[in-house]
Amino acid sequence: MPSNEKNSNAPKKAIDLHVGEMVPGVAKKDPIIVAEGVKRSFGGLVAVDVEHLEIPRNAITALIGPNGAGKTTLFNLLSGFDKPDHGDWKFDGTNLSGIPAFKTAKLGQVRTFQLTKALGLLTVLENMKLGAKGQRGESFWVGPFKGLWNKQEQEIEEKARGLLQRFKLDAKEADFAAELSGGQRKLLEMARALMTDPTLVMLDEPMAGVNPALTQSLLDHILGLKESGMTVLFVEHDMHMVRHIADWVVVMAEGKIVAEGDPESVMKNPAVIDAYLGAHQDVDLGVVTGRIAAEDV
Amino acid sequence: MDIFGLLQNTLNWLIHPQTLAYALAALGLAVHFGYTGLLNMGVAGFMAIGAYGYAMSVLHLGLPWYLAMLVALVAAAIFALILGIPTLRLRADYLAIVTLAAAEVVRYLLTTTVFDEWTNSADGLAQYHDSFRGSNPLPEGTYGIWPWIYNEQGWWMRVFGILLVAGAAWWVWSLMRSPWGRVIKGIREDEDAVRALGKNVFGYKMQSLIFGGVLAALGGIVISLQSAVVPSFYQTNLTFMVWTALLLGGAATVFGPIVGSMLFWFVMSLLDYALPALANMGILPISNIQAGILRFIIVGVALMLLVIFRPQGLFGNKKELTFAK
Ligand SMILES: Nc1ncnc2c1ncn2[C@@H]1O[C@H](COP(=O)(O)OP(=O)(O)O)[C@@H](O)[C@H]1O
Ligand SMILES: [Mg+2]
Repeated sequence: MPSNEKNSNAPKKAIDLHVGEMVPGVAKKDPIIVAEGVKRSFGGLVAVDVEHLEIPRNAITALIGPNGAGKTTLFNLLSGFDKPDHGDWKFDGTNLSGIPAFKTAKLGQVRTFQLTKALGLLTVLENMKLGAKGQRGESFWVGPFKGLWNKQEQEIEEKARGLLQRFKLDAKEADFAAELSGGQRKLLEMARALMTDPTLVMLDEPMAGVNPALTQSLLDHILGLKESGMTVLFVEHDMHMVRHIADWVVVMAEGKIVAEGDPESVMKNPAVIDAYLGAHQDVDLGVVTGRIAAEDV
Repeated sequence: MDIFGLLQNTLNWLIHPQTLAYALAALGLAVHFGYTGLLNMGVAGFMAIGAYGYAMSVLHLGLPWYLAMLVALVAAAIFALILGIPTLRLRADYLAIVTLAAAEVVRYLLTTTVFDEWTNSADGLAQYHDSFRGSNPLPEGTYGIWPWIYNEQGWWMRVFGILLVAGAAWWVWSLMRSPWGRVIKGIREDEDAVRALGKNVFGYKMQSLIFGGVLAALGGIVISLQSAVVPSFYQTNLTFMVWTALLLGGAATVFGPIVGSMLFWFVMSLLDYALPALANMGILPISNIQAGILRFIIVGVALMLLVIFRPQGLFGNKKELTFAK
């Protein structure tokens, strides 16, 4: 296996995250998110129906599943961009259901979007500075008086430049974000999210459309987040990448959690192979999620 | 044609109270549309509230001019708040429809005889000038340099209007270079991106709506300083003319709305003078009255051409503002 050959530079995995058997909904020793009975349907279509889910703290959790599995919808719910039919979830012990999106971000849970939302009409540096929290100059009455916020602005700028350097975007700081490549915009969005000093970073398909030459550095960045004490939850299709950096993998299909566990066990799980990798194309997805009994097929 | 008279008349419009009022309203609209992306189609309503709020506070509450103006601005802020609460969470088009309708409602309320006692209905209000004119610090007499020669009251309202425009321009400019402006410009492009960074997008849009609305109300106040307030002035075409002035100069700029207003009235007065003259001379095959209407047709066509060929206006940056998202 390639990951074994390169054992020397393989990332250090967080282990021993769960309590008990590795089944969907398994309890975590130190969960940062605990979701309970979260359901979201669009008309007749049930996009998300999660009975119980815990995301381990200070680890990298990959959320995988076929297109339309409900991963983005789950992200939208957890981050307050969408409202569930019913369900509760806690972030860091705080109940977040019904809390507007901007407040979840203020609490330290930041997200990126599957369709990148770099602000093309702002420069790269302005994009970054927008991410910083607690800016005095963002108040209507303080804003006009530069003297009142300039010092803080300098500090924010310094921090932004540091991050841009780490993401190899420092040469582009004066460019409009619209001028960046798709991959660079993904990087910018991630770097901007980090300006908020988050405790949980949720990345929706951070690798999609990123030039393969950039993938390795992006992986390193994600690993770096864990090293600096953050928790990462990311959606990804590239199994190699999931195996490489994830400490924990949650598999969704048809809105449900069908499996979870450490990458090695999950990849071997027949339910996952069926649901996601499509090895047994003859088996209906409904069997995996329990919608249809196996015998009926 | 009397070139001298034409020139004097046209140049007079550069600092006419109406031009200054347009500049203030267009600045407010720049905050709304140019910087925040809010489609306010009720500029006339905000201006009416400014003008009537001022006149009625003087006449009925007996307030001195500065307190009366303050009351008018607070009224405009409340008007913005009422319009914003139901619409700012919805798509931009809803605000456009609601503001358009609300401005018409305001005008009807001012026109109806039901409130005649306070509004004097269609005839409007006058004789509320004593307090403001009594505070005139300028020396008596008629003075100035050609073509701008006025008496002390003519100067007082112009100087006051110019100071307001300068103050408003400074406030808009310094806000837009501040972190507040950064959030606002981010919202214009993608609300969700800004929300995801922990900013209260609804709150910022509300601040922008109130701020721009208050600037438009200041414009209404400046207009009311001339002689009287009448409801028929605050029709929807006023809103469209302010939009034209804004788009002429550049929606996402600070000097655009000001220069746009000056240019708008410069051209309007030029046409007002020149078209009937040309008709009289038999150069234009139309009557005098038709010539008077022709200028509005020209303005409408100009607005269309502007939006199609130069959406960023004279001063704007094409990259920063286009109508296609
Ligand atoms: N706003 C919406 N309206 C209707 N259906 C939606 C909406 N958002 C998502 N869906 C549906 O919900 C399902 C899950 O979508 P999504 O969460 O985007 O999947 P994933 O991110 O796993 O690919 C899909 O069938 C999708 O068509
Ligand atoms: Mg998705």
